Amino acid sequence: MTDSVMTRLDPNSRAAARGWSDLTIRNLFIIPTIAFLIIFNIFPLLYSLGYSFTDFRASTNAPAKFIGLQNYRELLNDEFIWRNFTITAKYVIVSVAGQVIVGFGLAMLLNRDIPMKGLITTLLLLPMMLSMAVVGLFWKLLYDPSFGIINYALGLGKFEWLADPDMALYAIAITDIWMWSPFVMLLSLAGLSAVPKHLYEAAEIDRAGPFYTFFRITLPLVLPILMIAIIFRTMEAFKTFDLAYIMASQPTTELISIRLYKMAFLEWQTGKSSAFAYIVLVMVVAITNIYVKYLNKVKER
Amino acid sequence: MSAVRTPREVLLNRVAVVAVFVALFIMLAPIYWIASTSFKPRNLATTVPPTILFEPTVAPYVKTFVKRSQLRGPVEEEVYEAAPWWEQLVLDGGEKVVRSPSGEVKPSGYGQRFMNSLIVAVVSTIFAVSMGTLTAYGFSRFKVAGKDDWLFFILSTRMLPPVVVAIPMFLMYRVVGLNDTHLGLIILYTAFNLSFSVWIMKGFIDEIPREYEEAALVDGYTRMQAFFKIVLPEAMTGIAATAVFCFITAWNEYAFALIMTNRNAQTAPPFIPSQIGSGLPDWTVIAASTVLFLIPVAIFTFLLRNHLLRGMSFGAIRK
Repeated sequence: MTDSVMTRLDPNSRAAARGWSDLTIRNLFIIPTIAFLIIFNIFPLLYSLGYSFTDFRASTNAPAKFIGLQNYRELLNDEFIWRNFTITAKYVIVSVAGQVIVGFGLAMLLNRDIPMKGLITTLLLLPMMLSMAVVGLFWKLLYDPSFGIINYALGLGKFEWLADPDMALYAIAITDIWMWSPFVMLLSLAGLSAVPKHLYEAAEIDRAGPFYTFFRITLPLVLPILMIAIIFRTMEAFKTFDLAYIMASQPTTELISIRLYKMAFLEWQTGKSSAFAYIVLVMVVAITNIYVKYLNKVKER
Repeated sequence: MSAVRTPREVLLNRVAVVAVFVALFIMLAPIYWIASTSFKPRNLATTVPPTILFEPTVAPYVKTFVKRSQLRGPVEEEVYEAAPWWEQLVLDGGEKVVRSPSGEVKPSGYGQRFMNSLIVAVVSTIFAVSMGTLTAYGFSRFKVAGKDDWLFFILSTRMLPPVVVAIPMFLMYRVVGLNDTHLGLIILYTAFNLSFSVWIMKGFIDEIPREYEEAALVDGYTRMQAFFKIVLPEAMTGIAATAVFCFITAWNEYAFALIMTNRNAQTAPPFIPSQIGSGLPDWTVIAASTVLFLIPVAIFTFLLRNHLLRGMSFGAIRK
């Protein structure tokens, strides 16, 4: 790092002679944050990397024994872990697809002349600001087979939403869709409002049909922002813990985060769970990388 | 849109308006339901079919804050008459307020959890926003080698799944005695929000013209003075929006709080679901504690409405 290009001031000017140099200020402003994040995010991860090669259990006082790659080998060969991954994949696909359909649909509707548009948009955005844990809790009341309002409103009788192993994951996904469609809607609205009006006028003059207009004008222009929403929601859905953990405790709803939590804090397999955490970490960093690439791309526009 | 509207377009627009209101109704119905449950007497909360019209009571809100136990028999008239109005509401529901031997009402634990949430969220927000603003200024105005890599590093810390970070943090906190302390949670939430605050504040500061500071520097300000007297006031709206976002994130956080706290520093999100416990849960109390917890967020969402887009996209998209 060189300081010669940092300041635009002439080094001989009066301003540069007073106070701290720009280099000092830059370091003073940036280094504490970086240091804080390294100490509280990176260092712990290095710490657990060490444990991931041991059979350490935090619940006992037995010293950790080095077992090499055994944890990783066991995890990658464990068919139950693979089932957790399959469940998570199913959950991510269903809930993100649902959010895109509902969210983008809502955005298309709101992109017209709607009375009280601002107020309606704000109200629609409310669900995504709420706590996932608390949302999961009160959806349990809504889903209750006997006195829940959902079965009553839909006339489903005693339909088991959360107790049925095949249905529970979808029930959680529905709640996630309710909560996060507004996010996709918000980003899509931004994308839609950025589409130049003259393109639509030109399409109208050319007598282009609504489908043609949508697929050739609207969608391509909104896609970059929609992709941001999709990648971000994929990443978040992949990490889901609160919602599913609160709403159901079936083997069919055991997402990766829940398995990891149980392994680490209920079964106290600290060493093995550290290894598991690393496998998850690599996947998340990969998705983050794609996400940031898209963010920067959109920013440059 | 064209100035002259065809009948078809007018019809389409009407359909859209109706669809929007239906969607609004569906999106808000769950929130309405939990709010209405919080004003129901206990026996109406779990009726089949669900009760929609009822006489509202604030009993659930009273019960949320006091420790209660089941009444064994009917209440004596004079005891009932002597009790304050809120205690009568509890007695009406077939429960009595638990008192210490000296006659003081025992709290339920919700009040304390609520305060914990408030302390942890406010303090961590102050740290995250102040450090984030400085760092954002640093990245916005000065040349930093490998700037994009540093920014990616900062953002990536935010993307880590909480449970992944919690495993080593739990072990380290155990060594230094930070498990179940306010400070422990504050540090975690600060780290979590810091990356967000750097990213979004950088967007806000990038928008402030450099010429403002340069003019101040020429006028004889030092860089520090220019930052505090020119840049900070200009960035105030951004700082406020960022602070509200950080507050909401910390306020809502569940996984860290579940793992790192159990009594002393427990926040409301892990406490509220734990009220379900065993046996028949009192949904009116759960609803009341939920509504109280959601109110601050609802108010902030309204105040934030013009910044939601920027906040949710980490400053990448602005209107």
